[in-house]
Amino acid sequence: MLAQRINTALRAVPGWVIYPLALIPLLLLVWQTFSGALGVDPVKAIEHRLGEVALQLLVAGLAITPLRWATGVSLIRYRRAVGLMAFLYVVLHLATWLLLDIQLRWAEIGADLLKRPYIMLGMLGFAVMIPLALTSNNASIRRLGPAGWARLHKLTYVAALAGALHFLLLVKAWPLEPMLYLGGVVALLAVRAIRNGRRAVARTA
Amino acid sequence: KIATVPSAFSTDETPNSIEEISGYNSFYEFGLDKGDPAANAGALTVDPWAVQIDGLVDKPGNYDLGDILSGVTLEERIYRLRCVEAWSMVIPWVGFELATLLDRVGVQPSAKFVAFETLVRPEEMPGQRGRSLDWPYREGLRLDEAMNPLTILATGLYGEEMPKQNGAPIRLVVPWKYGFKSIKSIVKISLVEAMPQTTWNMQNAREYGFYSNVNPEVDHPRWSQASERRIGGGFFAPRIETQMFNGYGEQVAQMYAGQDLAVDF
Repeated sequence: MLAQRINTALRAVPGWVIYPLALIPLLLLVWQTFSGALGVDPVKAIEHRLGEVALQLLVAGLAITPLRWATGVSLIRYRRAVGLMAFLYVVLHLATWLLLDIQLRWAEIGADLLKRPYIMLGMLGFAVMIPLALTSNNASIRRLGPAGWARLHKLTYVAALAGALHFLLLVKAWPLEPMLYLGGVVALLAVRAIRNGRRAVARTA
Repeated sequence: KIATVPSAFSTDETPNSIEEISGYNSFYEFGLDKGDPAANAGALTVDPWAVQIDGLVDKPGNYDLGDILSGVTLEERIYRLRCVEAWSMVIPWVGFELATLLDRVGVQPSAKFVAFETLVRPEEMPGQRGRSLDWPYREGLRLDEAMNPLTILATGLYGEEMPKQNGAPIRLVVPWKYGFKSIKSIVKISLVEAMPQTTWNMQNAREYGFYSNVNPEVDHPRWSQASERRIGGGFFAPRIETQMFNGYGEQVAQMYAGQDLAVDF
């Protein structure tokens, strides 16, 4: 069966390959920054690109389990690295906003945090990813127990939803891209909800 | 090079480069990204061009652009431009006061507002094939705002013809209002009695008022207007404080005496 053959072939590919692969967009961005390829407003370009990659990695991480359900192909070994790299991009995105865009103008940052739903959602997404990043290691799984760890890591759903809404709420008009991310996140969460609902029905039947 | 005379209304701040001004545009008729207009505006036909002037005027008509420009003295007006997205530039426009055109066509006493429309030509404006906004792009000014000497119709930049992505061949420039009020590629000017509909207000009335004066104290619902980033200042250029009326209060503040600008935003 094809899925089994893919799984067998992937056994030779260790989880850590995700780290160098996921760094490619960052290195590209650094190169574009120095070559002037980011246009006349490089700060905004960097900020947006970092956020975009973070969202892509979050969606990729959410897709791993549904992919296994649908096809039998298991990429679970790569999920930790995908999640940690998503966190790295979120941190860099936030740092770009704080240092280069809003430039540590704390009065404006404070007002933004209290008044702007898109800033609140972005911060919420960042905040819930902190415990996820801190517990993305085997020792934490042992300490929390697999069930407790899995429950904590459901915060990924909050992070992905917050990130996608954060994007949708900051754009003017209705461009396609943020709607695609939100649609992707909602679809991947819906697949889980439907499957869990079915299993609950099967248990009570 | 277009012959121009200098203007006392020009700022002495350093203008942005032509690459910045013509490479970073919001002109949704050519796409949503800032680089789209420069990439997609090349196919726009700007000659021949006519502007229909109608409504409450003595001499309505479909005026050829050459006719509109004949006899006007083009000035260089170096203005700050503040975008509602909290970035800004300094732009050396070539243009003339809107008031001179309105005086020529004869504004009737019952006229209270001026409504403007952008060209609709989806075959040359790829953004118009989608419904990102309700085309045509519409803007409007109160008559006193339209007659203010700061309000110009611009036909060029840096002493050259207007780049297509900047609203060729003729556009409005209202420097004390957020950039989207300065409608591009105008084909229609109507003198009317009632406040006209404007595109961004139609799209989201809570966020974009009819006046849309630059005002650091009245935030856009989704983002602060307290400060701005000046494009082209380099990577670590500090943000600058946004000025009331974009720094043009001396010329325009009296028009809003008695108005609550948090209500009339």
